[in-house]
Amino acid sequence: MQTGHDAHISTPVENTGSSPLLRSLLLVPVIGLVFYLGALAVGVIKYPVLSWVIFLPIVGAIALLFIPRKNEKLIKMTAFVLSVVVFLMCIPLFTNFDKTTSNMQFVEKYAWVPAFNINYAVGIDGISMLFVLLSALLTILCVTVSWNAITDKVKEFYASLLLLEGAMIGVFCSLDLFLFYIFWEAMLIPMFIMIGVWGGPNRVYAAIKFFLYTLIGSLLMLIGIIVLFFYNGRSFDILQMMTTNYPYDMQLILFWAFFSAFAVKVPMFPVHTWLPDAHTEAPTAGSVILAGILIKMGAYGFLRFNMPFFPQATVAMAPAMMVLSVIAIIYGAVICLGQTDLKRLIAYSSVSHMGFVTLGIFALNFQGIQGGILQMINHGIVTGALFLCVGMVYERTHTRAIADYGGAAAPLPVYAGLFMIFTLAAVGLPGTNGFVGEFLILVGGFTASKLLGALAATGIIIGAAYMLWLYQNMFFVRTNPKLLGLTDINEREILTLLPLVILVFWIGFYPNTFLSFMDASVQHLIERISTAGQLQLSQHLGAIPR
Amino acid sequence: MINYILIPVLPLAAFVINIIFGKFFFKEKSHWIAILAVFGSFVLSVITFAEVAAGKTINYDAFSWIVSGSFNVSFGLLIDQLTAIMLIVVTSVSLLVHVYSVGYMHGDKGYYRFFSYLSLFTFSMLMLVTANNLLQLYFGWEAVGLCSYFLIGFWYEKKSAADAGKKAFIVNRFGDFGFGLGVIMIFLFIGAINYTDIFANISTLQGKTITMLGHDFDLITVIALLLFCGAVGKSAQIPLHVWLPDAMEGPTPVSALIHAATMVTAGVFMVARFNPVFSLSEVAMNTVAITGAVTSLFAATIALVQNDIKRIIAYSTVSQLGYMFLACGVGAYGAGVFHLFTHAYFKALLFLGAGSVMHAMGGELDIQKMGGLRKYMPVTFWTFLIASLSIAGVPGLAGFFSKDEILWLAYNGGAVGKTVWLMGTLVAGLTAFYSFRIIYLAFFGKFRGTHEQEHHLHESPTSMTLPLVVLAIGALAAGWIGIPALLGGNNWVGHFFEPVLGHPHVHGTHAEEWMVVGISIAVAFTGILISTIFYLWKPQIPVLIGEKFKGVYTTLWNKYYVDEFYDRIIVQPAFWIAKNVLVGITDAKIIEGIVNGVPKLIGSFGEKLRKLQTGYVQHYALSMAIGLFVILTLVLIAGTR
Repeated sequence: MQTGHDAHISTPVENTGSSPLLRSLLLVPVIGLVFYLGALAVGVIKYPVLSWVIFLPIVGAIALLFIPRKNEKLIKMTAFVLSVVVFLMCIPLFTNFDKTTSNMQFVEKYAWVPAFNINYAVGIDGISMLFVLLSALLTILCVTVSWNAITDKVKEFYASLLLLEGAMIGVFCSLDLFLFYIFWEAMLIPMFIMIGVWGGPNRVYAAIKFFLYTLIGSLLMLIGIIVLFFYNGRSFDILQMMTTNYPYDMQLILFWAFFSAFAVKVPMFPVHTWLPDAHTEAPTAGSVILAGILIKMGAYGFLRFNMPFFPQATVAMAPAMMVLSVIAIIYGAVICLGQTDLKRLIAYSSVSHMGFVTLGIFALNFQGIQGGILQMINHGIVTGALFLCVGMVYERTHTRAIADYGGAAAPLPVYAGLFMIFTLAAVGLPGTNGFVGEFLILVGGFTASKLLGALAATGIIIGAAYMLWLYQNMFFVRTNPKLLGLTDINEREILTLLPLVILVFWIGFYPNTFLSFMDASVQHLIERISTAGQLQLSQHLGAIPR
Repeated sequence: MINYILIPVLPLAAFVINIIFGKFFFKEKSHWIAILAVFGSFVLSVITFAEVAAGKTINYDAFSWIVSGSFNVSFGLLIDQLTAIMLIVVTSVSLLVHVYSVGYMHGDKGYYRFFSYLSLFTFSMLMLVTANNLLQLYFGWEAVGLCSYFLIGFWYEKKSAADAGKKAFIVNRFGDFGFGLGVIMIFLFIGAINYTDIFANISTLQGKTITMLGHDFDLITVIALLLFCGAVGKSAQIPLHVWLPDAMEGPTPVSALIHAATMVTAGVFMVARFNPVFSLSEVAMNTVAITGAVTSLFAATIALVQNDIKRIIAYSTVSQLGYMFLACGVGAYGAGVFHLFTHAYFKALLFLGAGSVMHAMGGELDIQKMGGLRKYMPVTFWTFLIASLSIAGVPGLAGFFSKDEILWLAYNGGAVGKTVWLMGTLVAGLTAFYSFRIIYLAFFGKFRGTHEQEHHLHESPTSMTLPLVVLAIGALAAGWIGIPALLGGNNWVGHFFEPVLGHPHVHGTHAEEWMVVGISIAVAFTGILISTIFYLWKPQIPVLIGEKFKGVYTTLWNKYYVDEFYDRIIVQPAFWIAKNVLVGITDAKIIEGIVNGVPKLIGSFGEKLRKLQTGYVQHYALSMAIGLFVILTLVLIAGTR
């Protein structure tokens, strides 16, 4: 039944793909794109970029609901075109970005609820900019990878995906804390639905667990937000909050309030146990978004809120954060060796990799923070790609148990090659993006603490062990007879992975394209922390000679 | 400049073309692109070598790689005397192995893939030797490791091959762990990681210490030893030697190129390259010398009793690499690299000869099942004999001059000099013995294999014998560039290396030098003689000795049980902890238990408290995690104040 189903869906796609009419129609968007890029280059087009990329997916999601349910093809095409258009509309963020300033750019601000001084304020800086682009890119890939995988409630699926995209980009762009919180919680709903409706057998348990974990964390943050609102003279303005100096004790309490929301999202040890369940049960697109974007928001929250808001508390808590990070690195890596489920293994590897990210961030130096941000992008690319890969093979075998694989390199050579590239990026081989991020983080971490830096570096040994173990069990040795008849991945799937392959090597060999966007913002953040750090030392240590 | 850049780029281009178009387009013609590319690199390398020999040094940055704040590193190019000779070694052996593989790999279904990997390897190795900074060196270092992983596990359907590839990669990661920290330390204390800045500023760190876990360590010693960790992994020294013998699962041309002539010598190259750092720390130098000497002896004893022809040569490689480190450790970097140079030819020849034998014997590896092969494959026999004479240190051949230079300089070396000289001399005897054991068992006497094998015995095709002959010339004559003054030469190679590798201090007299040379020659001939008695004249003797000293024999046969030891103390516990403690207890019971059971916990507080005292394993695990957290935090907070 399963195969008949697949055949039914794949045949029309192949037919239309070879039709000359459709091919000539394909030229239209290509020509349109050329004109659009040309117009961007000469500066003819000017539009509020951020609002467009936040609300176009949301409006699109609503529009999708009006398409007749039976017309699945049109629903999918609409979702695909929308996600591509959103990505293209992000291009000015890349081309018109001013790398010399740490100020917010592409700012838009309108009064929203004047009674509570709530504004609609969006903008990006070097820290958030790359995440907007990554969100837009991964959404496209999620649409293409779900093409044949999602056969039930197709309309609602793509609507959720687009809704999620809008909310995610909103989180990264918000400059008003109230707006931020709206997007932050709004994001939970489509994700919850995606896991709960299109997930695996245990989806309900996983969805509720995911929801409860993140919600409880968020509630503490909400209390913190309200405190900040009153302390800043009834304002939700994030930029204003970044310049306020809060009393030390208040900083400490609020640091933990915000920390609880973000630590769950990262997820840091020991609040990570929702992640394996959520990843395992989520559909491929859900796992990709979870790994690629959602868990980055925790670390982003540290950078955007905890560190500039509470710099003295940050300096005081940094050692504890670094220790937690190192535990996550080693714990997450060792536990991978005990996994029998493909997705669970990759989920736990995320815990380890995100440990590297938080280690870099809380090293509180330039290489650490910059490496941390880059590693978030890298992890989004690589782990996103690995989940895409797992989804592709799952469509063929309908099993996630590692023991059901073996010798897959023979029937699936192209797939095996691409999987190898992402495996190598995950173990941080030089020449791939993973190396650049991990190395900078280790430089930063080692600068801050030699012991923790050295301990963290053991993570790369265990990382190699579990990834190569996984690869061998999937692709080498005996060919499982069940795998012999499998067809290698098709053009749609190759094109889905290709952008990520390019990014792996682009960042691996020329990371400066991406690092240069962050320079000014990272420098600014460090200045804020180091001034406060000295302040704190003088306040709390008095005349102790250094 | 383009001609220098092309040296590594040509093989890279061949790799890209072959991996994309090889499968459907070039197929069994894939070798042409790869061979043309490496031939181009070889010609350019020879030209470059001539330029360097005429006094030129090339050093510049090609393009900026990673810039993050004060951290700034480029892809660059440094070609000096040391690199120039490595270029010759890498491109010449690679070229010959490429040609040999045309015959050896003929008909393999992964033919295009094999040549793609060979090209990628050649590129990576050339990147490694031409690097002008540590991070690019690290790039090449990991990339050759990756190619090694691909090529060891080339026949990935075989579990032993896939396992061996994985083992090589992971064991090397242990070494790279230290190496990576060393790179970071250098950046931290010198502020740059390109060679020029490191060597110019390293002396400013003299006398500085670093505090770790409450102890003060000499900074330069720590840096040098961390870098040496990488060399220990890559060059298969104790305690990370375990991957190299297993690496013999790969196709034999790979063993010759990667696991004998080039990649495994990267560690020696690196230590020689960083001689300005190592020379500043006596502790580090002595560690290098002792590690080399012990490994050399250790591996040579294992090689005495093995029956797998490739594994004997593999242990021989480990042993000879130890020799090179022994040289570096006593400050004789030039002699170490000279031995690297001669070793590349005679050891590649041994492997390719073994490959030729396997080709004739239908993949048979056991020398006990061979015999009398010299009648059937004369070219293989004569070239194999030349290589064995060379490695045994028979006067006049390549191995003799480089080995003798090492022994003489070790004799003159510092505190550990005499000790490692003695060990080195002993190893020379053992080497002669086991090398001729192969000769006698494989090429002399009666054929002991099956009738079917005997029927198929034949000399290998020209594409395989031609590289053997060329390498035999190398094994014969490569040492003539370093004939010492004592024997009427002028030690050209020693003077050539002097600007980069310095000049070791020699205080011994001519009489002592004659003595060292005499002893080493005598030891070599003794080894050959004993081997002749044991395996040609009185074959019952080794059997009797094996029975008499059963314990020793079994220990050597089982390679001192190092693999078993690692399996028990590292591999199995890691998986056990992952499965039974982390998955089963910490995650599933403790953390989940707390999260799911907070309400319950409050309700049954007393019960839980009682459980605490019963000493359940999970509670130990949790308190360990918490304790670790608290202690490390306190240490750090205390440390930052």
